[in-house]
Amino acid sequence: MKYKIFTILALFFILTAKSFALVSVDITRGNLDPLPTAISDFYLDSKLGDNIKKLQLESKIPELIQNNLSRSGLFFALEKKSFIQRPEPAHNKPRFEDWAFIKTQVLVTGKISLEKEGRLRVEFKLWDVVSATELSALAFYTTPDNWRRVSHMISDKIYERLTGEKGYFDSRIIFVSETGPKVDRKKRLAIMDQDGYGVKYLTLGNELVLTPRFSPASQHVTYMSYFKNLPRVYLLNIETGIQDLVGDFPGMTFAPRFSPDGKKIIMSFAQEGNSDIYTMDIKTRVVEKLTDNPSIDTSPSYSPDGSYITFNSDRSGFQQIYTMKSDGTNVKRISFGEGLYGTPVWSPRGDLIAFTKLYRNKFYIGVMRSDGSGERLLTENYYQEAPSWAPNGRVLVFYRETPSDSSGRGGGAKLWSIDLTGYNERLIQTPTDASDPSWSGLLSGK
Amino acid sequence: MQKSLKISFIAHSVILIISSITLPFLMGRVQAPLVMSVDLVQIGERTNIPYAPKVSDGAKTDKKIKDRVVTEQAPPKIVPKEKPDAVPLPENIKQIKELLEKRQNPVKVEDLTKQTSEFEKKEIFDPNKISALIDKSKKDNADANSKPSLEATQSQQKNVVTSKLTITQEDAIKAQIFKCWNIPIGLPYNENLTVRIKIKLNPDGSLVSSEILDQARMNTAGQTYYKILAESALRAVKLCNPLKVPSTGYEKWKEMQLNFDAKEMLKG
Repeated sequence: MKYKIFTILALFFILTAKSFALVSVDITRGNLDPLPTAISDFYLDSKLGDNIKKLQLESKIPELIQNNLSRSGLFFALEKKSFIQRPEPAHNKPRFEDWAFIKTQVLVTGKISLEKEGRLRVEFKLWDVVSATELSALAFYTTPDNWRRVSHMISDKIYERLTGEKGYFDSRIIFVSETGPKVDRKKRLAIMDQDGYGVKYLTLGNELVLTPRFSPASQHVTYMSYFKNLPRVYLLNIETGIQDLVGDFPGMTFAPRFSPDGKKIIMSFAQEGNSDIYTMDIKTRVVEKLTDNPSIDTSPSYSPDGSYITFNSDRSGFQQIYTMKSDGTNVKRISFGEGLYGTPVWSPRGDLIAFTKLYRNKFYIGVMRSDGSGERLLTENYYQEAPSWAPNGRVLVFYRETPSDSSGRGGGAKLWSIDLTGYNERLIQTPTDASDPSWSGLLSGK
Repeated sequence: MQKSLKISFIAHSVILIISSITLPFLMGRVQAPLVMSVDLVQIGERTNIPYAPKVSDGAKTDKKIKDRVVTEQAPPKIVPKEKPDAVPLPENIKQIKELLEKRQNPVKVEDLTKQTSEFEKKEIFDPNKISALIDKSKKDNADANSKPSLEATQSQQKNVVTSKLTITQEDAIKAQIFKCWNIPIGLPYNENLTVRIKIKLNPDGSLVSSEILDQARMNTAGQTYYKILAESALRAVKLCNPLKVPSTGYEKWKEMQLNFDAKEMLKG
């Protein structure tokens, strides 16, 4: 009986619920336009000394943040001239009407004050102008000369708070700097901030260096250098400058890359015209062979969880992209388009694999899902290759060569970045020609 | 034994009665022609043309509808443009109202026809027209007087049907919000992240209030993505204030639930 009453009640419930249902509208589309953003000048605490005031950090830090956010293609920074409210009141309590008036959706404000021992306290706040609320507030402590790093970290926080995805501004890019004529090219290992600032050279240039790759877990770099005309794999600690030869193999080694935990190096190793994929434990130096195929298998790259490996192989007759489990089993071909595919790199997010494709004498940088579906070519050019992912898996850096003229002049390599939309392609300024870039993880860690 | 049989019999018949009332309703879209009721009078306005394809072939279906008149429908084509001129005087409305209330019997509607046919001159008069007019007058009053409208006394079927926006109206609202909504592109596309926002509007389309329906989820740890999506959705609602709204049917859209879901966009 009770049960029946329940049934009846339930029926009535359904009935009434439905007749009073709200009009419901599904919003499944929106725009991907850059978000209008106002970055106010920071304000300086009055106690700051003249030596710090001279640095003009109150405008330099916001400018760097603005530069970062604009370059990402996801933010549209509004002109400072249009701002109505002054930095100090804006930071303490913004008049949202004033900011809404200039049609910004978010506002960044900040304050710089002095701490003990000449250290600075840089505080920023992120405001939602439309909803008139504070979204986040954080303070960083640093020495005055480290202001660029702090600006990058603030940029990352803003980026993450608004897009839902980790930023990539507090990171570095290592690359091969090239100088001199084509026939006698001097190649040095160099490192810089992701925005192209602060280039430092890590090798002298008396040996040829190739394919530097960052460890995702530490400040180590692996790269190749020629020794007695044989390419060898080296490890370099960027902080200490200590360089270390990794093993001594009788054949040629190529394309070394770290495992996600930074404990192993995966590379291809050629012997008598056959190239296979090997891993080597950095500590124990134990070597393991993963593929055993008469074809050329090369360019291995781990998935971010370390359980899969992607590589390219010509076992089908043409160079294509394959994946396998990290123990070498379950090999699967994933690229089936026309043309040749090379240099596969697994995204740090795990969902995509970036690659270089050669098709009808043009080079493309593209991405596909890790099962090979959804191939998208992001950029096409005369010659470009070696994509490397930014730590958040949204932007790629690669190098592009321009053809030289008939007299052999011109034609150099430069670094470029492109995001996953394929529309936001940007040159990264370097003092010399540059190739083979590799993007580091976030310096402040994950 | 007998007692429980009785109980069982009574309970079963209760369920039978209830389900006979509710089930056709639960099936939904039982009588599609009902959809047209309110918007039809607004034929003059482009944006308000209701979605009622079944009745659009006017004359043919007209007869059918007449035969099974249950409500005061009028197919769009037979509502002449001059209609507003023909709005009956207040006394007439009263009369008509009275008649309408007894209107279960179609014959009485016929009487009504005779009375007003002079008013309408020699035009062949359709009882549906009158009722449409009445409906309109009711509607206009509805906003001012909180009196329950005729519709409210109709079957619940009708109530439900009229609580929907027409497709054109819905599209017009969607299109506005699409433009205002800046999608946070870093959100995962393989998670269920629908944000439901309830908005209340003034008759002029300006926003009275907006409220996230799963507010608790906003401040739950590990729901950062949800929070970011919800914030962007709230911004969209506020940026779109005031919304351009249909000129009629305030009751229908004065409260709406907007379901923000960026999955499709992010997948692309």
